[in-house]
Formats: sequence, C-alpha cells, structure tokens
Amino acid sequence: MREKILYGAGLIAGLYLVRNLYQILLVLPDEVDQGAIYRILLFHVPAWITCFSAYFLAGAASVMYLIKKDMRYDTFSVASVEVGLAFTLIGLATGSIWARIIWGIWWTWDARLTWALITCIIYAGYLMLRHAVDDPTARAKNSAVLCIFSYASVIITYKSIDWWRTQHPGAVLSIRTGGGRMDPAMESILFQNAIALLLLAGVMVAVRMRQEDTQREVESLRRYAHAAV
Amino acid sequence: MRYLRQTLTIAAKDLRSEIRTKESLNAAISFAIVILVLFSFAVDPSSEQIKEMSGGLLWLVFAFAGALILNRSFAREQNNDCLDALVSSPIPGSALFLGKALANFVLLTVVEFVSMPIFGILYNMDWMRQPLWLAAVLLLATWGITVIGTMFSALTVNLRMRELMLPTLIYPMMIPALMAAMRLTTLLINGEGIPADDWIWVKLIVGFDIIFTSLAVTLVEIVLVG
Amino acid sequence: MSAVSVEGIWKFYGDYPALREIDFVVEEKQCLALLGRNGAGKTTMLRMLAGLLRPQRGTIRLFGRDSHEAEARASFGVLGHGIGVYDELSAMENLRLFAKVYSVPDAEKAAKDWLVRTQLDHVADSLVREFSRGMRQRLAVARAFLHNPSLLLLDEPFTALDDRAIALLQSLLKDAVNRGATVIMSTHQLREAMELATHVALLARGRLKFHGPRPVEMLEDPTWLYRTYGEG
Repeated sequence: MREKILYGAGLIAGLYLVRNLYQILLVLPDEVDQGAIYRILLFHVPAWITCFSAYFLAGAASVMYLIKKDMRYDTFSVASVEVGLAFTLIGLATGSIWARIIWGIWWTWDARLTWALITCIIYAGYLMLRHAVDDPTARAKNSAVLCIFSYASVIITYKSIDWWRTQHPGAVLSIRTGGGRMDPAMESILFQNAIALLLLAGVMVAVRMRQEDTQREVESLRRYAHAAV
Repeated sequence: MRYLRQTLTIAAKDLRSEIRTKESLNAAISFAIVILVLFSFAVDPSSEQIKEMSGGLLWLVFAFAGALILNRSFAREQNNDCLDALVSSPIPGSALFLGKALANFVLLTVVEFVSMPIFGILYNMDWMRQPLWLAAVLLLATWGITVIGTMFSALTVNLRMRELMLPTLIYPMMIPALMAAMRLTTLLINGEGIPADDWIWVKLIVGFDIIFTSLAVTLVEIVLVG
Repeated sequence: MSAVSVEGIWKFYGDYPALREIDFVVEEKQCLALLGRNGAGKTTMLRMLAGLLRPQRGTIRLFGRDSHEAEARASFGVLGHGIGVYDELSAMENLRLFAKVYSVPDAEKAAKDWLVRTQLDHVADSLVREFSRGMRQRLAVARAFLHNPSLLLLDEPFTALDDRAIALLQSLLKDAVNRGATVIMSTHQLREAMELATHVALLARGRLKFHGPRPVEMLEDPTWLYRTYGEG
C-alpha cells in the first residue's frame, strides 16, 4: 500500500514537471533583458528552495533525534541531507550555466556562490562522518550534532545577498521584495515548479529512508547473529 | 564559581601535560615556520603583492597549525580511558569542554605570537602599526576556531581516520571566522584602521564566536555521553 | 532510600537491544556481583550506571537522584578497563587533579594520603609513564577511592591486576563495605567475587535472568548459578 502511494506521488510529480516544462518552453515568452536563458532560473530557484527545505528538515529531525532518541529521525535526517545535496548540485549546475550565458563565466568568487559551495562541502562532510562511525547509535548522535552545526552555513548562504554586495542577483521573489521584481506569470510557474520538485524530493526521501531502515535492520541482525555464537 | 574552578582545573591539566611533552606545541610551531618559509617560493617575497596577501597567509598558517593542536586535544584523553574518568566525574560536560577549549586557545595564541614576528622579519613587514586592534582580531578569531575545533575534536575522537576527518570537517565550518580574520588582519598589518565598510567582518567574527560557543556548550554533553 | 534503582532500562545499538527491560534495586551496604558471559551486557550496564551511556528507555537513580546530576556523579567511584590516569602527569598530579575534580576539601592532603595507602609515596613525583603495570593499577585504585565514594562501580576489577593490587583492592573494598558503601562489580573471577558479594545478578544476552541474595549453593560451587539459570 505504502509502495503504491509512493510511486503514485512520484508519478504525479513527474507529470507535473512535464506540464510545467511545456508551459515554460512553449507558452511563456522570452524575457526582455535576458532572452531565452532566463528559463533556467525557473529551475534554479526551485532547486534551491527544495535544497534549503531539505536541509532545514534534516536539521529539525536532528534536534528531534537528540530529544527523542528515535532512530527514525536519524533515518529521515540522512535521507534528507542526501536529497538536499543532490538538489544543491542541480542548483550549482543551473546557476553556472546561467552565469556562462549572462556573465560569460562559469564561476565567480562572489559571496552567494562561495557560500553555496561551502554548504555543499559541509554537507558532504556530514555524509563522510557517517561512514566513519560503526555503531548506529553513536553515528546517529554525532551526525545529528554535526547537522545542527552545518545548518549555520545554510543561513549564511540564504542571507549572503543581504549581507554583502554580490554579483549574484538579489532577491526577486515577491515574498521577499514585496513584488515588482518579476513577472507574475513567471513567478507563478516558478512556484509550481517548486511544488513539483518538493514533491519529487519527498518521494526520493521516502525511498531513501526505506533503504536506510533495511540497512539498519541488516546491521542489527548481524549483531544478533554474533551474539548467538 | 565552582563551574569556573572546574573549567580552570581542566585547562590547567591540559596545559601542564602539554608543557611536559610539548608534543603539539613543537609540532605546530615548526609547522608554522615551515609554511611561512615555503610561502616565499609561491610569491615574490619582496613584491608589494605580499602586503595584500599577508592576512590570508597568516591565517592559513594558524589554521593548519591549529589542526595539529586540536587533533591532540581529545586524543590525549583516549590513552588509559581518561575521558571516561572525567565524564563520569561530577564535572559538567560543558565545563570539561570549555576547559579544553581554553587550553587550546592558549596554545594556538602562543603559536600566533611566535609566528607573527617571524613573519615580520622574513617578509620585511612592520606588523605592529595597529597592535591593539590586531591583538583583538587575533584573539576573537582564535577563540572562534578553537571552539569549533575543540567541539569537532570531541565529535571525531572515536572515529576511524580521525586525523584526516578532523581537518576536512573543521575548515569549511571555520570559513566565516577565517574569512573575516584574513580580511581584517590584512587591513591592520598595512597600518590602516577598519573602514566603515569592513565592520561587517568584525560583527561576523563576534557573531560567529557567540553562536558557536553557545551551540557547543549546549550540545557537548550529548556528544560526550553515549 | 536505595543506593541504586534501575527501572525498565533498554539500551539499543541501532535496532539491536543490548539490554532489555532491566529492573533491579541495590540497597545501601549491599555488594552486588554482576555475572554473565562476554557480550551479555555487563559493561554496558556498568557504563550506564557511571553516566557514560544513556539508556533509550528507563531511568536510573542513584541515592534517589537522577544518575546524571552532579551530586549523583560525585557519589560513586569507577574502575573500568582503562586505568583512567594521565601518563604525562606525575602520580601526585593525577591524584590532585581528581581530588579537585571531585571537590575533595583538602586536595593536597587527600592525594598524599592515598599515595601512602597505595604504597606509591616514594614515586609521588615520577611520571605515570615510567611506572610498572602494577604501580599504574594501584594508582588507578587510588583514583577511584580518593573521594570516599558511597558507591563503587567496578568493571572486571580483578582481571588485569597483579597479586599486590588485588590484595590492596580487596582490603579497600572491605573497608568501604564496613564504612557503609555499596559495591557493584562485574566479574569473571567467581571465587574472588563470592568472598565479597552479598547479592548476585546474572545477565544473559541483555536480559536479567536472576537477581537476589547470593544463593548458598554458590559458595561451594560458584558456577551453580550459570547451570541453574542457563544462558539462553
């Protein structure tokens, strides 16, 4: 049953994305200043929204783990970080392509870009730490603490456009600017894309959590086997 | 009051055993000097360029040397299961942590105050033009990186490949403090004050210190007790 | 008030329960021998009493206080697998450090007294690194007893010790018991343990199989418990 819901949700997310893609590529007109390439931003921004949500939820789950000591929170946390990391890479890649067209360079050491990269490295470190601990309980505890520390980098990345003068464009979404920076039709499709990507990410997290659960079960069965000898 | 005494007891213990063995202090100071010398091959030491890079160079040296000190910090407790003896004692985990952080802070500050004049001599720099501000920046940023370092030293103490894990985890975390310290140190070594535009960096270091010290103090007990 | 009361303890490593639903009470002045094979959960249980591990479920109270409170932690002394003293400090410095850590009123005097009692006063200022194995063990015993704990948690205390250290530990334990202290020790050395133990508990695969006053049968035949309550 759970499996059907999961695949169903995945299918809906996929179809929704295809429908959005149709809108973006064939319905929306080119933008005045940027031409055709602005369309990548309709994926770039939703990818970062998804990624920040995933890191936020991973951080919240880590706090919950430390309070409740329930392994399910740890499972959610790791699944969420992994999916978040995937979307970080999508965000960096789409941003880079956009920069190549608009700025003429793939990368620049501007505060927003630099902090996005640092965030990526920090969360990769989180996954690395997990690999180095054998006992599942100690692993859950230590990585939960690391996950809470890591969230600082997400906050700095998010706020970097306000704190420093960056080459990266400032806030465009009307929830941060009060409107006027973006065409409403484009903004609406941007949010629809965000919903589709969030749904997709949710499905990915759920799938990844089941793998993690199974793996933990295998680990504990191995311990039972050792104890029986 | 009692908390403070316990913190100082731990700090004194760490400093005493470090003075006995001089393991990490010797290693960190010689390492710092080696990098300072090596750097003269990377850039022309007589050029003006070095002035622009001085802060960056110095803080890379301090961060690398610091990792040597931080690696030893909790590893020292592992021999003979000393960490167990301390954790089961009535000392709160946060006092234990602050004591060790304080000891690391003192050690790293020593490394910095040895490296600075050597840097000045090797690169012909008059680095004492803003001594008070420079000292303030050094101390603030050093506290920031020792807090992160000590916390992560506790976090990785039982890990496989601890010596490799610690630097990979701490350097990205330290970036805000390092970045700000690099910028401010360059300004101050070149004899300028801190322009209004650059106060953001001072705020960044202070914020970094406050946020990560309180996070570490809150979470360290959880890390130490399994 | 009981010295130790353990209620509904569960400890998991991942999904694997290392301790399951452990309940027991140790009254003051009792001496409990914790028995069981390797991997039965003895060390986990003792580490939990010593505040080094947290159970996922259940509570541990020491003299009526939560086991993580500072007062509770000040009330016990621990002797684990490692000696818990610093190699690069002298014997005197080590004991002074732990006397301060436990807020012993006159740290200097307490440290000196214990060096005399453990016959280490002639090497008070030598570094522990230079000590022989037996001397290190005696110093570890001094470290555990230094603050006159009212509860002693000993993990396999007799296993690694030489005969002199065993004699010292046994006499200190007898003193402590006479003074009214409570002792919990895990052990394989059944004969040594039976001399002191008033109560025994048997752990098997994380479950408490038996807990009660030491059965008379065990004096004659220490393995009686294992055979009667089995292992599975």
